[in-house]
Amino acid sequence: MDNILSIVTFIPAIAAGILALFLHGEDVAAQRNAKWVALVATTVTFLVSIGIYTGFDPSNTGFQMVEEGEWLLGLKYKMGVDGISVLFVLLTTFIMPLTILASWNVTDRVKEYMIAFLLLETLMLGVFMALDLVLFYLFFEAGLIPMFLIIGIWGGKDRIYASFKFFLYTFLGSVLMLVAMVAMYADAGTTDIEALMSHQFSSEGFSVLGFYIVGGMQTLMFLAFFASFAVKMPMWPVHTWLPDAHVQAPTAGSVVLAAILLKMGGYGFLRFSLPMFPVGSAVMTDVVLWMSAIAVVYTSLVALVQEDMKKLIAYSSVAHMGFVTMGIFAANQQGIDGAIFQMLSHGFISAALFLCVGVIYDRMHTRDIEAYGGLVIRMPAYALVFMLFTMANVGLPGTSGFIGEFLTLMGAFQVNTWVTAVAATGVIFSAGYALWLYRRVVFGDLIKESLKAITDMSSRERLIFAPLIVMTILLGVYPSLVTDVIGNSTAALISNYDTALAAAETATQSAASH
Amino acid sequence: MIQADLTIILPEIVLAIYAMAALIGAVYTTKDGLAPVLVWSTAGLMALLAIWIATNGDGTNIAFNGMFVDDGFARFAKVAILLSAAAVLLMSQDYMARRGLLRFEYPLLVALAAVGMMMMVSAGDLMSLYMGLELQSLSLYVVAALRRDSAKSTEAGLKYFVLGALSSGLLLYGASLVYGFTGTTLFSGIIQTVHHDDISLGLLFGLVLLISGLAFKVSAVPFHMWTPDVYEGSPTPITAFFATAPKVAAMALFARVLHDAFGGVVKDWQQVIVLLSVLSMLLGAVAAIGQRDIKRLMAFSSIAHMGYALIGLAAGTEMGVKAMLMYLAIYVTMNIGTFAFILMMERDGKPVTDIDALSQYSKRDPGKALAVLILMFSLAGVPPMLGFFAKFGVWQAGVEAGLTGLVIASAIASVIGAFYYLRIVFYMYFGAENEDPIETLSSPVLWGALMGSAALMLIGVFYQFGIEGAAAAAATTLVN
Repeated sequence: MDNILSIVTFIPAIAAGILALFLHGEDVAAQRNAKWVALVATTVTFLVSIGIYTGFDPSNTGFQMVEEGEWLLGLKYKMGVDGISVLFVLLTTFIMPLTILASWNVTDRVKEYMIAFLLLETLMLGVFMALDLVLFYLFFEAGLIPMFLIIGIWGGKDRIYASFKFFLYTFLGSVLMLVAMVAMYADAGTTDIEALMSHQFSSEGFSVLGFYIVGGMQTLMFLAFFASFAVKMPMWPVHTWLPDAHVQAPTAGSVVLAAILLKMGGYGFLRFSLPMFPVGSAVMTDVVLWMSAIAVVYTSLVALVQEDMKKLIAYSSVAHMGFVTMGIFAANQQGIDGAIFQMLSHGFISAALFLCVGVIYDRMHTRDIEAYGGLVIRMPAYALVFMLFTMANVGLPGTSGFIGEFLTLMGAFQVNTWVTAVAATGVIFSAGYALWLYRRVVFGDLIKESLKAITDMSSRERLIFAPLIVMTILLGVYPSLVTDVIGNSTAALISNYDTALAAAETATQSAASH
Repeated sequence: MIQADLTIILPEIVLAIYAMAALIGAVYTTKDGLAPVLVWSTAGLMALLAIWIATNGDGTNIAFNGMFVDDGFARFAKVAILLSAAAVLLMSQDYMARRGLLRFEYPLLVALAAVGMMMMVSAGDLMSLYMGLELQSLSLYVVAALRRDSAKSTEAGLKYFVLGALSSGLLLYGASLVYGFTGTTLFSGIIQTVHHDDISLGLLFGLVLLISGLAFKVSAVPFHMWTPDVYEGSPTPITAFFATAPKVAAMALFARVLHDAFGGVVKDWQQVIVLLSVLSMLLGAVAAIGQRDIKRLMAFSSIAHMGYALIGLAAGTEMGVKAMLMYLAIYVTMNIGTFAFILMMERDGKPVTDIDALSQYSKRDPGKALAVLILMFSLAGVPPMLGFFAKFGVWQAGVEAGLTGLVIASAIASVIGAFYYLRIVFYMYFGAENEDPIETLSSPVLWGALMGSAALMLIGVFYQFGIEGAAAAAATTLVN
């Protein structure tokens, strides 16, 4: 199959089109059909995407399965995957059928709901595969529309505020990135990502409005991209949209947001910031590292005092993303491998945690931690699953959460000891809030009247958790599954980064000596 | 000589003679009884002329000693003007008829305005520029006040007229200064005398006054004051007309004057256009936030959009003009669809323009709501809609011309502006339940315009019907 990437990307969109055009009515049969079409489409997408995995050659560090075609305004339609992106593609196709299953109880506007999720899947896959700057931006930005609608239509009580905040926050970041993209096009004369990676953007410092900018163009472009990716990630202090969006989004929306959308920021750093603006990245490294360390500690502390389960997990996501940025900007093999690993593992763990909240929310219609207690008595299976993922979230050895945190800390330690020391305390805090949450919800006596009739997980819910449990433990005990695939590509990325920095160094020295 | 001249100007002559003949015909027969026929025949003639111009024109032809220029640029603008005017005419028929506004003068005034606009974009001389501009403006003043028994509509017409007269005065003063300092009114003559190193202070004054007059016509800040009131007061189909064809004509004229006559002194006018552009984008984005009336909202939206289109002009390059033309074509398409929807909004047979009335509209009519959603995201410039590529084009030209600051300002303005487009989506999809819902008219023409323009916003991403090539060719003929 020559066009496997396009096929995988557009299967969900085609299914969405079929739903939009051929399915009418809001009766029970139509709703069931919509759900089945969405489930089948996402499952088929996953099965086909396994072909990408098997056809992928880890020893090749370039882009593979590349497709290219002409497009408007002199732009190109170009798709491809390398070691950095291929696993994100699989993560997306893996998570989507689970989110559809998790939405089985939706009754309001089911058809539109499924269309929104299917379109979202296409756009997210496009982000990870696009090899043209503008094509990337198109997928990146268009993903806001379905997510805006998902939060706004099917969300909770304050969904309006949350959806607008989500949209405008991310939009502001992205248009600055777009300006930088236009500037890159003007400078390099191409929007091809592969070509841009080998293009040297000027790193000669200059003054803007009296401020001397070290690293010149590269630093400015880095900052413009940073505005977008940091918001998406989200990094402290621009993370405030995430708790709001998570709390208001429906369960499946939270799962997609946490498991996949947040990863676009980290992917963006690896695809654009480090390879294209090495000098800019180096200039900003210390700032980003400290921002990450602050994020880890601060958001962990904030998570400790949350009363709403989803908000707590959302803050914990911000903390875990702090490890990711720390690993990326450590810019060494352990750091970047760890960052990618952490993103993938967080994709499984946070998805599972939000699903855990969804399970009890569906029964009790509240997310207040206060409203629960003693669930282990009536829901032993649920208690077990929740415990596994709580432990994975804490980073217990044997689960995937441990590998990511350990590798990123190890990578960062070689670069900046203090940052690592601060961030490592975050691991303790995360144990604090996660275990405390678990104790308050699951243990204790079952004294609340409303909980006396609660039922354990249904077989559909067990089915959703099974693959997530397998992946979390599998990656925890056999991490080479990931590192073997990404290792060569990250090594190439790092060596290019170091070469570019060294070249810029010599250039400045020779300029100084003249 | 005369015969050759007349052949070049034939489309304008045909349309003008048609308008006058129809006027006399209607006066001596059934008057308003003929109006529906006239709407269709005028629209049909405009569409035919558009096709004729698009297929037959070729090369650059000059008539009347350079007063009238028929080149690729003029043809591009003319096709856009004629097609959008025809579309608006057809869209308005039902609305006007049901409110007793369908007078026979209406289609004919639109036709005369179109003749004026065609003259404007083909002007090769300050005199023919002014003539075209006034023919267009006078027709527009009258149609703005078409609803004679409504205070708001008459106010709109009067306001437009008084401010329009002021701007014409500025423009004329500028034109006379330019004539005084260059000794000619021909663009081809001016460009030979005006070079970068010898622009005198008087000529600079003339240029600035000329730009002010034109900025009024494109409603660029700070000459935008009339726009919200006129948009709100005029009957909705007239507002739709104001937001489309005259904007294309005025922007094209702007580009023609600046490049054909003052192409040698780009640096001198660039700074003025940059300022107009920044102010328009920011004011258009900020002022629209408080609007509850969708017509006023669209007025500010059009101010903002003219600001984005001006980026292309400010670039002062061939690429900039091309981006501007693309922007205008896409903007007009989006606006036709949006106004088709506004024309459909009503309750108990009365037009509704309050955006609150759209609450939960998507539940009652998901198809139309989806189309409006696409148009709103496109107006906001969110990919993958075509509106994004319009913005991308002008930004590309802006950065290439070294106007990065302007581009960054416009990026910020587009985020602020996104808020009010989103709010319409918000009302339609997740507003509070409304006890007093609006109905929407079931008119096949309006439905077709709405769905067609929404579909184009998506199809355009894959196929642009050759617009890009035409715009590139048009830009090449203008900038040389």
